[in-house]
Amino acid sequence: MRRAVTALGMTLLVGCGPSGVDQARSAGGAGADGVMASLPSNAPDHFGFGADASEARVALWDISVRPDGEGLPLGSGTVAEGRIVFLTHCVTCHGATGVEGPNDRLVGTEEWDQWPASSTVGNYWPYATTMYDYIRRAMPQLTPGILTSDQTYAVIAYVLNLNGIVPDDAVMNATTLPAVVMPARDRFVVDNRRGGAEVR
Amino acid sequence: MSSKDNSPISRRAWLGATSGVIAAGLLKTQADAFKIEAQEAPVAPSDPTKVPGRLVSGVGQRAPGEQPQRLLRAEELSSSSRSPLAEFCGTITPSDLHFERHHAGIPDILVEEHELLVHGMVDRPMVFKMADLKRYPEVSRIHFVECSGNGGGAYNPNGMREELSVQQLDGLLSNSEWTGVMLSTILREVGVQSGASWLLAEGSDSAMMSRSVPLDKAMDDAMLAYGQNGEAIRPEQGYPLRLTLPGWEGNAQVKWLRRIEVTDRPTMTRDETSKYTDPLKDGTSRQFSFVMDAKSVITFPSYPYVLPDRGWWEIKGLAWTGRGKITRVEVSTDGGSNWTDAELQPPILSKATVRFRHLWEWDGDETIILSRATDETGYVQPTVQQLWEARGERTRYHQNHQRAWKIAADGNVTFGLGDLI
Repeated sequence: MRRAVTALGMTLLVGCGPSGVDQARSAGGAGADGVMASLPSNAPDHFGFGADASEARVALWDISVRPDGEGLPLGSGTVAEGRIVFLTHCVTCHGATGVEGPNDRLVGTEEWDQWPASSTVGNYWPYATTMYDYIRRAMPQLTPGILTSDQTYAVIAYVLNLNGIVPDDAVMNATTLPAVVMPARDRFVVDNRRGGAEVR
Repeated sequence: MSSKDNSPISRRAWLGATSGVIAAGLLKTQADAFKIEAQEAPVAPSDPTKVPGRLVSGVGQRAPGEQPQRLLRAEELSSSSRSPLAEFCGTITPSDLHFERHHAGIPDILVEEHELLVHGMVDRPMVFKMADLKRYPEVSRIHFVECSGNGGGAYNPNGMREELSVQQLDGLLSNSEWTGVMLSTILREVGVQSGASWLLAEGSDSAMMSRSVPLDKAMDDAMLAYGQNGEAIRPEQGYPLRLTLPGWEGNAQVKWLRRIEVTDRPTMTRDETSKYTDPLKDGTSRQFSFVMDAKSVITFPSYPYVLPDRGWWEIKGLAWTGRGKITRVEVSTDGGSNWTDAELQPPILSKATVRFRHLWEWDGDETIILSRATDETGYVQPTVQQLWEARGERTRYHQNHQRAWKIAADGNVTFGLGDLI
């Protein structure tokens, strides 16, 4: 019960006050602007509609990988193994060396200058872990989810090697992948528009 | 009809004033006048009143002559289609004409089986069936959705084509009434833990499209929407459940939503790092640039329309801003030298499109018309030069600069921004 009270308190604090991110005219408003409040005033602390999700249920879908390596599975792969994976599963869309297309160019270490021709893993991706997160979700395009963890680590090792980011003998796993420092790591800044009249 | 030279009266006056007209010519002119009179006898349109009409139907259809279509990109496997903005009136986008942008096609989802998993930094991880979600308090709100890549086709100075329609340029914009449960209601139910600041929203498409969203926005006006314009959300728009983030770029409003993970940092998915980030001229790339700045576009007249005559025309268009309400739209009919306030059609809703109109008497001379929107934060829709100056010519996404249409003396309307740079 203490938990429920804490959660409610936080919700009210965050949900009903003005937000720094945007105009908070709608959440919990009194209706002066014609927008209905998020929740009726007589709403109970908990409705109970829905089911508890067990750890096993969460694990079925919890596939996110973050830059610090959280979420990376067991397994490992080498550059050489990754070449086989790439030529089997990736070459049709990305070309034999990752530059030919027809889909996104993956390899290119020249300074980013012309979009989209040279927006690559080598010059535009800030985190190597994103490759694991993305490949596991979405690649190969026509057979997503077909790669094993070992194959995924391997193909990442291969693409990083094509970009000159890791050596030929690199092994990618849950420890080495988050440690890779990507060339574009420092180019990203959180939205620095400041609102108001300024054009930025 | 204000033209001086073509009216029957002035022609007759000219004939009468001309000396030395031969008799045959006069007779011919009189015969013509008689014929014109005969043609001008009233003729009713074809008469539908003498046969019984069609009977009722389960689902209505558009009139045969009214068949607006989304515009597909023909040159590749299409992952987007654009709304026919020039054919719309009012502000609501018919659901079957809402623009599309998919990252791995439209998934087939069995609504009875669909589940939303909410977990991470919450007291009580939960799964919700659609029936569960629909039992929570419901809200409806009207908001636009715009792809942040909308309008990029008219930003690069080398890419200014004259044959560019408003559908091609800005058709990744739509406006709907969304119905669902506020995300804050569901987060309240699961109990967000202290220290949480972000969440990850994930779709059920075969790319499992994922975006990180700040918790502030989630608790403010984000919605888990299952309704669109009075019916279930269309499959292209995320059936049975999508995230709406009013005023924010469309990509973050994850469709076919199946998972929300509450976190204390962003996940750094592909679509918030290598895509949907805005490279700037100083060598940095702007990330999490969610909010859509104020923008307007004239939808009439626009390419490929041809104004058949000079005289009174109403310039019409749409304006919107992700930062609240539009407060003003100005129109210029002289290439940007002078600006006049357009009429705004109430109700003016926050983070929704507004219809603007400006009555204009065209004198028949070539000119360029533009619009510019101002929102309640004081932001004025910039010129393309202002955006180049702020971000460089090679940036991508969020290109909300003023659009222009050139009206030639023969009435042909083309995209006119290239003439202003």
